[in-house]
Amino acid sequence: MKRKHTTELLTHIPLIALGVCFALPFFWLISTSLKPDAQIFRIPPVWIPHPMRWSNYPRAMRYIPFALYTWNTLRICLFCVIGTTLSCSLVAYSLARLKWRWRNWIFYSLLATMLLPGQVTMIPTFIIFKWLGWIGTPLPLIIPSFFGNAFSIFLLRQFFMTLPQELSDAARMDGCSDWGIYWRILMPLSKPALATVGLFTFIGSWNDFLGPLLYLNDERTYTLSLGLQMFVGQHGAEWAMLMAASTVMTLPIVILFFFTQKTFIQGIAMTGMKG
Amino acid sequence: MNGNSIFKSRMARREALEGLLFAGPLLLGLLIFTLFPVLDSLYISFTKYNIFTPPEFIGLQNYRNLVNDSLFWQSLRITTIYSVISVPLQLVAGFAVALLMNQKVRGITIFRTIYYLPSVVSGVAVSLLWVWIFNPDYGLANVMLRAAYLPTQKWLTDPRTALGSFIFMSLWGIGGGMIIYLAGLQGVPQHLYESASMDGANIYQKFRHVTLPMMTPVIFYNLVMGIIGSFQVFTQAFVMTSGGPANATLFYVLYLFRQAFNYFRMGYASAMAWVLFAIILALTLLVLKSSSAWVYYEGERKR
Repeated sequence: MKRKHTTELLTHIPLIALGVCFALPFFWLISTSLKPDAQIFRIPPVWIPHPMRWSNYPRAMRYIPFALYTWNTLRICLFCVIGTTLSCSLVAYSLARLKWRWRNWIFYSLLATMLLPGQVTMIPTFIIFKWLGWIGTPLPLIIPSFFGNAFSIFLLRQFFMTLPQELSDAARMDGCSDWGIYWRILMPLSKPALATVGLFTFIGSWNDFLGPLLYLNDERTYTLSLGLQMFVGQHGAEWAMLMAASTVMTLPIVILFFFTQKTFIQGIAMTGMKG
Repeated sequence: MNGNSIFKSRMARREALEGLLFAGPLLLGLLIFTLFPVLDSLYISFTKYNIFTPPEFIGLQNYRNLVNDSLFWQSLRITTIYSVISVPLQLVAGFAVALLMNQKVRGITIFRTIYYLPSVVSGVAVSLLWVWIFNPDYGLANVMLRAAYLPTQKWLTDPRTALGSFIFMSLWGIGGGMIIYLAGLQGVPQHLYESASMDGANIYQKFRHVTLPMMTPVIFYNLVMGIIGSFQVFTQAFVMTSGGPANATLFYVLYLFRQAFNYFRMGYASAMAWVLFAIILALTLLVLKSSSAWVYYEGERKR
């Protein structure tokens, strides 16, 4: 019993020390965001601002059209989540549960695209969207998600493979079509996997910078990441406000993560293991 | 042919058709967003093209120009150094932290959250935070150095330390790899450890002969993904230093982006993209080839 306590303590020491290192940047972010200007430039630093200047937050949100950018970002994220989960689950159903001739061949080419750096397709894709007249609209950031992506298809396929084939067979006996099996049987059973894909997609599009940088040139369509970067470009670094804005921008992701941790980690376990 | 087999073949044909239908989005996507752009990009790399006027075929000229472009070599050098240092570092650090995470002690979920969170929040906001952390006068990094009585650094503002700062920052994001290791560790069958104990193995031997071999597929996965990711650093460099000071953080993709969308040299940028693809492919094949020597797959025992 005593020995167990010692090992637990020995594990806790590095855990805590490392934990502090990992948490410190977050602490610094929030601490700075609440400082009056005079306390930002002080040595030794003020760890806990006194008084806390909460007004940095409304000020930061007035400096850039925060509500508009949030709405723009959210809209792109939501469409991407819908597009990705729908298209990828359809494809995954086909690759995991239906037998057709080129299936494996298609699956391997899909995996191979993971090695293809986005930069190779970046310029021709840009030209396609320019030809379509979509530059300056959020469409180039949304529409591709309706055609699936390798990572999500892979993840969902792996999940579908684990569901017993008898489910489909029984449903087919009862006259259920493939669409019915897909939509009414597999989809409801795959909520954790779908949630994982949705989460990854949401976070990916929320954090995306290169996409908006390439395709959005009208300030009214900016996303948060692009807007924040442009703000720095124009006004230089006003650290307290900038950190307040950064906090507000990361907060939704942090909250989302806290509520969905379990799904998240299960999902990653799925990709890692079958890889 | 009896009725049953006719029915079966009809079922099979219907299934094939449905298969194609369900995979429709993917097939279209591969065509529109992969196959066509890949071929087009290859063609563009042999042309002089600024988007506004039609491309002009110039053969291998772009590739020849690359060889003589000192900034191209600089960007390749920077990116390679970053990759060579940060990938193994992240591999080892992520694995070590995952081993720690795998202990059953109180409050482990809280620690897991803290370690993992930084890899979820990324992009512009985090890059700006690190610019502030690396501030030579008032930043957190130098505050900590001063507290430890170590000489302060100029971090991002000095060409000698700028790239190192990026590598340091990348360690904050090891949570992503760590979680994958952790999942792998928890998937190691318990009976292997039990039988090792019965054979009198100590902790180190169990690690060396059970944990490590069982984890090689996961290490392999993280290694490949790490290499691919490290060659595609963009946002941090764009936001934090825009390649400076003195091109010390001119990452490959940043330079490519600049050629394409600041100078509108699409042909040149496409040539760069193909060189990048060749590098990533070569490295992946190298790792893949070496994997038979060190990656252990359970299924292989049956052979």
